[in-house]
Amino acid sequence: MEQRESIIEAINLTKKFGNFVANDNLNFMVGKGEIFGFLGANGAGKTTAIKILCGLSRPTSGNITVAGFDVYTEREKIKKNIGYMSQKFSLYEDLTVFENFRFYGGIYGLSKKEIRERTNYFLDKLGLMEYKDKVINELPLGWKQKLAFSLAILHKPRIVFLDEPTGGVDPITRRQFWDMIYEVANDGITVFVTTHYMDEAEYCGRVSIMVDGRIEALDTPETLKNKYEVDSMDGVFLKLARKG
Amino acid sequence: MRTIIYILQKEFLQIFRNRTMLPIIFIVPILQLLILSYTATFEIKNVDLVVVDMDQSMESRDLVGKFKGSPFFTIKDYTFSYMEAEESLKTGHADQILRIPLNFSKNLERSKEAAIQVTTNAIDGSAASLVNAYAMSIIMDFNKNIVVQDLGLSGDPEPIKITSSFWYNPELDYITYMVPGILVLLVTIIGMFLSSMNVVREKEIGTIEQINVTPIKKYQLIIGKLLPFWIIALFELAFGLLIARLVFNIPILGSIGLIFFVAMIYLLVVQGLGLLVSTMTNTQQQAMFISWFFLVIFIMMSGLFTPVESMPIWAQYINKANPIAYFIEMIRMIMLKGSLLQDIQKPLMALGIYATISLTLATWRYRKVA
Repeated sequence: MEQRESIIEAINLTKKFGNFVANDNLNFMVGKGEIFGFLGANGAGKTTAIKILCGLSRPTSGNITVAGFDVYTEREKIKKNIGYMSQKFSLYEDLTVFENFRFYGGIYGLSKKEIRERTNYFLDKLGLMEYKDKVINELPLGWKQKLAFSLAILHKPRIVFLDEPTGGVDPITRRQFWDMIYEVANDGITVFVTTHYMDEAEYCGRVSIMVDGRIEALDTPETLKNKYEVDSMDGVFLKLARKG
Repeated sequence: MRTIIYILQKEFLQIFRNRTMLPIIFIVPILQLLILSYTATFEIKNVDLVVVDMDQSMESRDLVGKFKGSPFFTIKDYTFSYMEAEESLKTGHADQILRIPLNFSKNLERSKEAAIQVTTNAIDGSAASLVNAYAMSIIMDFNKNIVVQDLGLSGDPEPIKITSSFWYNPELDYITYMVPGILVLLVTIIGMFLSSMNVVREKEIGTIEQINVTPIKKYQLIIGKLLPFWIIALFELAFGLLIARLVFNIPILGSIGLIFFVAMIYLLVVQGLGLLVSTMTNTQQQAMFISWFFLVIFIMMSGLFTPVESMPIWAQYINKANPIAYFIEMIRMIMLKGSLLQDIQKPLMALGIYATISLTLATWRYRKVA
């Protein structure tokens, strides 16, 4: 594997809720421009970890830096450099497409001109230009998801965190969504994506697989498949999950 | 600054696009003002009276006639059975029984003394004493006439005359008293409920997480969230004052500017409390119940319906932490007495301190991280 400059580093990341250990000594590093897959079953602790990396939640212990900033003391600096798309795709349902773009662009400090240009750029690319003034709740789920992704990268962050971005949509939309992810990665933005669809894991540069709050495996999909002697990531996952 | 403007723009868009909230914000308070002001009355009119006149004399009819002529009494029934009269008191058919016993006029003539009985439904104590007072004044009046007629006293039967003059609300009009207080309630409901609900709503639908992941500053978000309802509440106050003036003809003796100045500070208090509630709750339902809990206590203790001075001492101490009490006191002073800034200095200072505390607490409690 080529040696890249790291942009996320987590050493012994631990998060406890009372006696429950949601993240148990996670160790990983994500390289610049990488598509890093953060896999695991529902409840394995993916969202907990992603929230810590985004500065939405405090870790219990561990040394963690994101974009070179410390998650304990420099959360606000981290926030300037990341984009985040949550499971719920946080678009304002009662605002129009453009109003959503204008709002998020505005609070990230983009100028009016930049907001207009980038909105047009994304809508043009998604083929949703004619829906610019449509209220979000009138749009189908798949479109909302692509719009939410565009909003997460509107301010050109260095890293974008995607928390189960493809939940509940059809395979074609999922495929298109992954095309968007590749494009973003090509522009040099690091993509940190959680999913429980194992076929999506094949698209990632490297994946980590979480079982019950621990990282059980971390490598490229190829290496993992060879290691566990299976022909799909699904196989890798099943072997690991049964073991755990 | 630019960030705040973007938040404000978004908030106003959402408020004006919400088809259920818009009427709640603009129509409900006006209806409340109109309905409450007319209905929350201390005056008792139309007391239903049952007359048990066993005497059937000229004097007894004269007395009954006085009740009949009073605007406060409606004679529901005449009966000769006291039991029957009691029954109508029990069923709620009547509020009061006037019983004139047999030989009423005879006794009056002979011994210059006669008894009558007035029985009042006193479930509502203060209403009962009021009704009783009405009845007493009619009977006193009757008494006086007899004294003048029978004893043939010449000149003034009352050597000492007491004239009362009521200041600031000379006609003792309850609407004049209620409307300023109800205006306060409207402003409070907007300030406290809507501010807390708005933030919790974003928690509920999950958009707050997206906001929290942006480099937005806490104070920017809080200003962006509170300012719209601050403006709307002041707008509503203006509208309410207009209705008070035009519909109810309430005098506004003091300066309108001063009323707004007090309202501006007051709103910071209730909005701070609303925001504090929102930081402690996760659903609109929870926020609603907690806000409601405090509002009911604040309102009942505020002096809107019952004077604060007649509450127990401990309650008066609790009232020191009741922003509604301060504002009602001040708005009544300004509107009805024409009080100036120096007259309301103390309660205004208290509100100012309160605003600082509630906003500081809310800001401190508001977390961008879970």
